Amino acid sequence: MLHLPLMVTAQVDLVLVLVTVLSLWTRLCHLSYPNAVVFDEVYYGQFVSLYMKRVFFIDDSGPPLGHMILALGAYLGGFDGNFAWNRIGAEYPCSVSVWTLRFLPALCGALCVPLVYLLTLELKFSHLSALGAALLLLLENSLIVQSRFMLLESVLIFFVLLAFFSYLCFYNAPSSSWFRYGWLLLCGASCGAAIGVKYMGLFSYLLLLGVASLHTWNLIGDRTVSHLSVCVQCVCRFFCLLVLPVLLYVFWFYVHLSILSHSGPHDQLMSSAFQASLRGGLSRITQGQPLEVAYGSQVTLKSSASQPIPCWLHSHKANYPIRYENGRGSSHQQQVTCYPFKDVNNWWIVKDPDRQEMMVSSPPRPVRHGDVIQLVHGMTSRFLNSHDVAAPMSPHAQEVSGYINFNVSMAAQNLWRVDISNREVESDVWKTILSEVRLIHVNTSAVLKLSGVSLPDWGFRQLEIVAEKLFKANTGNLGWTVEEHRYGTSQEQKEREVELHSPSHIDVDRKISFWAKFLELQWKMLTVKQEDSEHKYSSSPLEWITMETNIAYWLHSSSNAQIHLIGNPVSWGVANFSLLAYQVLAVFYLLRRRRGFKDLPHGVWCKFVCLGCVCVGGWLVNFVPFLLMEKTLFLYHYLPALCYLYLLSPALLEHMHTHLLSSVTYQRALCVWASAVLLSVFLSYRTFCPLTYGNPELSANELRGLKWRDSWDILYRRR
Amino acid sequence: MATEDYKKQWNTPGDTSTLRKRKNLSENTPLSKDPGRWTQDDPGSSNGTLAECHGSDSNNPPATLLLLLVVASLSFSTRFHRLSEPSHVCWDETHFGKMGSYYINRSFFFDVHPPLGKMLIGLAGYLTGYDGTFPFVKPGDKYEDHNYVGMRGFCAVLGSFLPIFAYLIVLELSQSSTAALITAAVLIFDTGCITISQYILLDPILMFFILAAVLCMVKFNHLTQRSFSASWWFWLVMTGASLTGALGVKFVGLFVILLVGLNTISDLWRLLGDLSLSMVDIAKHLVARVVGLIILPLFLYVTIFAIHFVVLNKSGPGDGFFSSAFQSRLIGNNLHNASMPEYLAYGSTITVKNLRIAGGYLHSHWHLYPEGVGAKQQQVTAYLHKDYNNVWRVHKQDHNESQSGPPDLVRHGDIIRLEHKETTRNLHSHLHEAPLTKKHFQVTGYGMNGTGDLNDLWQLEVCGGKKGDLVKVLRSKVRFLHRATGCVLYSSGKTLPKWGWEQVEVTCSPYLKETPSSQWNIEDHINPKLPNISLSLLKPHFLEILLESHIVMIRGNSGLKPKDNEMNSKPWHWPINYQGLRFSGVNETEYRVYLLGNPVLWWMNLASLGLYLIMSAVASVALQRGFSLEPKRKEHAHVLLRGGGLLLLGWLLHYAPFYTMGRVLYYHHYFPAMLFSSMLTGITLDVLFRSADLLLRPPYSDWLQRAGLMGLLFTVLYSFYLFHPLSYGMTGPLAHEPGSSMAGLKWMDSWEF
Repeated sequence: MLHLPLMVTAQVDLVLVLVTVLSLWTRLCHLSYPNAVVFDEVYYGQFVSLYMKRVFFIDDSGPPLGHMILALGAYLGGFDGNFAWNRIGAEYPCSVSVWTLRFLPALCGALCVPLVYLLTLELKFSHLSALGAALLLLLENSLIVQSRFMLLESVLIFFVLLAFFSYLCFYNAPSSSWFRYGWLLLCGASCGAAIGVKYMGLFSYLLLLGVASLHTWNLIGDRTVSHLSVCVQCVCRFFCLLVLPVLLYVFWFYVHLSILSHSGPHDQLMSSAFQASLRGGLSRITQGQPLEVAYGSQVTLKSSASQPIPCWLHSHKANYPIRYENGRGSSHQQQVTCYPFKDVNNWWIVKDPDRQEMMVSSPPRPVRHGDVIQLVHGMTSRFLNSHDVAAPMSPHAQEVSGYINFNVSMAAQNLWRVDISNREVESDVWKTILSEVRLIHVNTSAVLKLSGVSLPDWGFRQLEIVAEKLFKANTGNLGWTVEEHRYGTSQEQKEREVELHSPSHIDVDRKISFWAKFLELQWKMLTVKQEDSEHKYSSSPLEWITMETNIAYWLHSSSNAQIHLIGNPVSWGVANFSLLAYQVLAVFYLLRRRRGFKDLPHGVWCKFVCLGCVCVGGWLVNFVPFLLMEKTLFLYHYLPALCYLYLLSPALLEHMHTHLLSSVTYQRALCVWASAVLLSVFLSYRTFCPLTYGNPELSANELRGLKWRDSWDILYRRR
Repeated sequence: MATEDYKKQWNTPGDTSTLRKRKNLSENTPLSKDPGRWTQDDPGSSNGTLAECHGSDSNNPPATLLLLLVVASLSFSTRFHRLSEPSHVCWDETHFGKMGSYYINRSFFFDVHPPLGKMLIGLAGYLTGYDGTFPFVKPGDKYEDHNYVGMRGFCAVLGSFLPIFAYLIVLELSQSSTAALITAAVLIFDTGCITISQYILLDPILMFFILAAVLCMVKFNHLTQRSFSASWWFWLVMTGASLTGALGVKFVGLFVILLVGLNTISDLWRLLGDLSLSMVDIAKHLVARVVGLIILPLFLYVTIFAIHFVVLNKSGPGDGFFSSAFQSRLIGNNLHNASMPEYLAYGSTITVKNLRIAGGYLHSHWHLYPEGVGAKQQQVTAYLHKDYNNVWRVHKQDHNESQSGPPDLVRHGDIIRLEHKETTRNLHSHLHEAPLTKKHFQVTGYGMNGTGDLNDLWQLEVCGGKKGDLVKVLRSKVRFLHRATGCVLYSSGKTLPKWGWEQVEVTCSPYLKETPSSQWNIEDHINPKLPNISLSLLKPHFLEILLESHIVMIRGNSGLKPKDNEMNSKPWHWPINYQGLRFSGVNETEYRVYLLGNPVLWWMNLASLGLYLIMSAVASVALQRGFSLEPKRKEHAHVLLRGGGLLLLGWLLHYAPFYTMGRVLYYHHYFPAMLFSSMLTGITLDVLFRSADLLLRPPYSDWLQRAGLMGLLFTVLYSFYLFHPLSYGMTGPLAHEPGSSMAGLKWMDSWEF
């Protein structure tokens, strides 16, 4: 039943192919030059190394997908993670395949150009406009620089453009075809990917959701469509645009956590349970510890408050000074502090107030929620005590001390009630690592707390421990977890010291669920605050619009060859101009329409509005939030917003050409003007090429000639 | 079409209301704040509209008038009950009472809020016989025989208007007295609103003006059919005046300006779409609004500041925040009719002030820069207060100063050394990064007893001067160029962290552009060898003072950063009533007042907010999908979407911006938003009760509706009975101990009573 001849007809848009090839060429050629660490590679590179070694880390700047993409490139190139990313400009050894490290971001950057071409077509503008947009993007020096190194902006821009492209494909497809839901799925997936690369993707995602909900709202208002069909379509959109990105976002974390299974430098930021799930590190120490804390247990207590740093309850043979610098008095009893390092002085023994023994009976008697205990410091045998004396640094709270009887009618108040805040329904036993315990002072009902303040020199700059009334102390975390734990076997002080010094061991594996880990990691990423300090090349958002600032990425170690993040000034100007022009036009049209003058046919008007929503809206959502942020910001944060403007410029030009200029002369003049602008864009691209590719080297005078703005920092090497 | 019909139905109130409004206007213009007139006149006009629209509602004017009287009397009685208790300074009374006293004493002070609120407090105190002598040192100080009740009474009067205004607003928006009644009940019996109205605070004044502005705006909106009539103009002007009031009390007033602005824009947009109006008409509308809502308020606002500066003409605690020229206005300041040597000379002791607006004095102290911040040398900062550490001595580059005879004068281009008088260290800079502005160099104090190194040398330049020019004290703008690195002494305006005592960073900037940040003037100048000459400074222009005081205020506001170890309130705490504020008393023996909203009411507000979102979503989908609805349901949908939408916007505008604010936040910042949320509750619950017939058939649905309303009112009253000690004072044991008046009511651990 074969019908002959069997024909395949293929149509190839040669312009698109040409643009793609050019784009690949500008982004990919000489990718391994310079063979040195360039700017933020020093930052991302560390994470790539940690992925290769499967060591856990936490990066509060963004979700893991971006890092994983970079790591994938490194993995494919056979990078083993043995490179110390210690400073910008350090040479890569020949064992590192620089080309593959930088390949994936560069590829994404290159693919942005054809995507912009297609996106313009989906916005229903002509092929000529599409070509214009693609050329603007192709000849943008800053995008080229940002794509050619191991950085994430190009990946982000790629996914954002892909999301908008696929959404518009979905929207423009005839509503009868089921195939279009493929586009919607792709849209949801790229949204998930964009957010997974950088949180900045969220801005574009919200804009896309806004556009989509507007379209959905119109669909609901369309009375020609049946109720059932409306319902089904709404559910489909809800699933693809809301549920799918969220699922994907979680999935990136799942992959991230499955890869990073070894303990590493950032362990300390996480809870004990989380640390115990990592191979090496805490799990090696805690493997096989007894689960239930019993009377006579030897324990170290870790504060669950991670501010300012994680630390353990600690005491040592030094007393509080009789008088502080400001003249207040203390109890002069033994100091109790919080100490951020492992130390034998972190060990405490859980004692039953009614008995003398400090060893675990057999069978062990577990401590339960609500029990009253005493805590004895292992090395000095002082009892953890609190009383109505003002704490050294936080005078509103009570002092906590190791009790020494000076016979000054200051009775010991060393009873503490165990309050397990996350106890399970069926069992209220105090468990190692898993239970979060509040220690409540029986006499004063104050709660043991890390105040977060460092003690002065007499306290060896360790952290202050206080007891505070429960209702006052509702800041942060009051909990303590038992981290290291073993059953004490010695009653005598000397034996116990030996016992405490010996390492602990045995083995069992503890697991916490993925969701618990995910939530903890996510929470830590959002709350861990890095110090905001100004960087030499940081800038404020308003400087971006006029490109008052640049960033020096790399300087050759001996010559004047250098790479800067500097945009193409002409295209930058074109972008700003079209932004302004669109707004003026839009206000003009809107006011006229409101007064009943329909300047544009309905279809053209819709096209114009859609262009504005996507491009001007995209610029707004990617720019305005930075004005409110108190982070350290750089010029490259502006690049996504800039791409939207490049999308806008040619389309707006086409609109003016077809609908605003009536006479042929004007239209021709516009064409000439547009080609002149395009030519100057190319020329200025050529001019800045040496700073984009770091090649060829320029003389100091030529460099001075390139300093078009006084505020740009271009480096000259003195010879 | 349905919309249009509906609107027409509303806008045909007939002649009675017109008459009433005119009468209202003629009586009310001169004294808009007189409580008696508002309560008697105003309701009449809105009731006229109400009665005719809702024949079914069986509300006749006298009945609603009575209802309003009940609302007013309840509101006043709850606010005035035990007003004079406790007879000591509570919480922020220590600030605002003190500032009221400053007005009475006419001494200049600085505050982060605009002056209207404190001026009114001062005025109220003055009129009721307070003499401004009580020092208001700290909370808990006994007033003894000072007359403080007048000031509290003034705030309580304004606070008592809140439920009345809210009642009228909701009545206007929903045309349902049930909705208005629910709102009024919530506000009257909310312990938080009562407490915050009973003390000398800015909040009751602020909220009074906010609600007044909203009320006037709503009234104005309903007069669209009678544009340019007298009542139309009246409400327009009143809106503008109330906006000024709100902004004049606190900058939070900007949010209500935003609300009115958005409402006005949408109104103008509607007019623009009305093709029966000519462009001239539209221009007239536009101009009227510009005059009423922009020019008039601006004028009033400037007037407030003019009064502020005229009244405060004596030197006081706020001097150092302002420029030298400004200080010379103040009687008692050392620059007022100053007398000092006219030209800067070697060997003089001077203070140097930055010319940036609210730039400080060049300052140094014994403390060093901490480890890791440049070189570990002595800190140099800019400091806003007058202090002996601001004093510097001018030296020649070499050490041989002529001991006898008249000292040499400093000239443009001279190389000088500045020695800090207290610590004898030289002003010094070097190629280390500055602590905050990393593009600049660090400035330190270096050396001992005047001996240092080459990095201590600065070239002094008079801006616009040429070689050999003398340096005029106070009047010359000078720059200090660092000899070795070529950078210029600069004040970045950034606040240093705790190690720098939160003073302002001073750097040496390699960018030589002339900006006020890099220009300084010599303020105090002491040289015993030179004759003192009386100097009169150019008096600054009023607009310059206005701008300067605003920049100082804004900077002061953003400078209120939360301290690390202090419990600070987060915006998400507020709607759930997570934690209140302790106004007075801690211990068992003391008289304790705790600012906390009535939790039952606040949680009800929160629930109705959610309910509102659901109901309005259902309503708008139904409308968009074109389901055929009964006229009654359509009306409900419109009340929900229009009136409710306005209130929701108000709530959002008064709440959401706090999430982006970096300054320290307090629980009482939520109260303006809470007013909007309570009004939304009124509308939402009313529509919910009226939709009871979706569930049951007519006779039963009416019963359900009434039962719901009664239940609601009973809940409000009972919860007020339970929590009233929060406002009216608790003594005896704390709540978690038995025998307390609040036993068993501490529902959340975070409540501190």
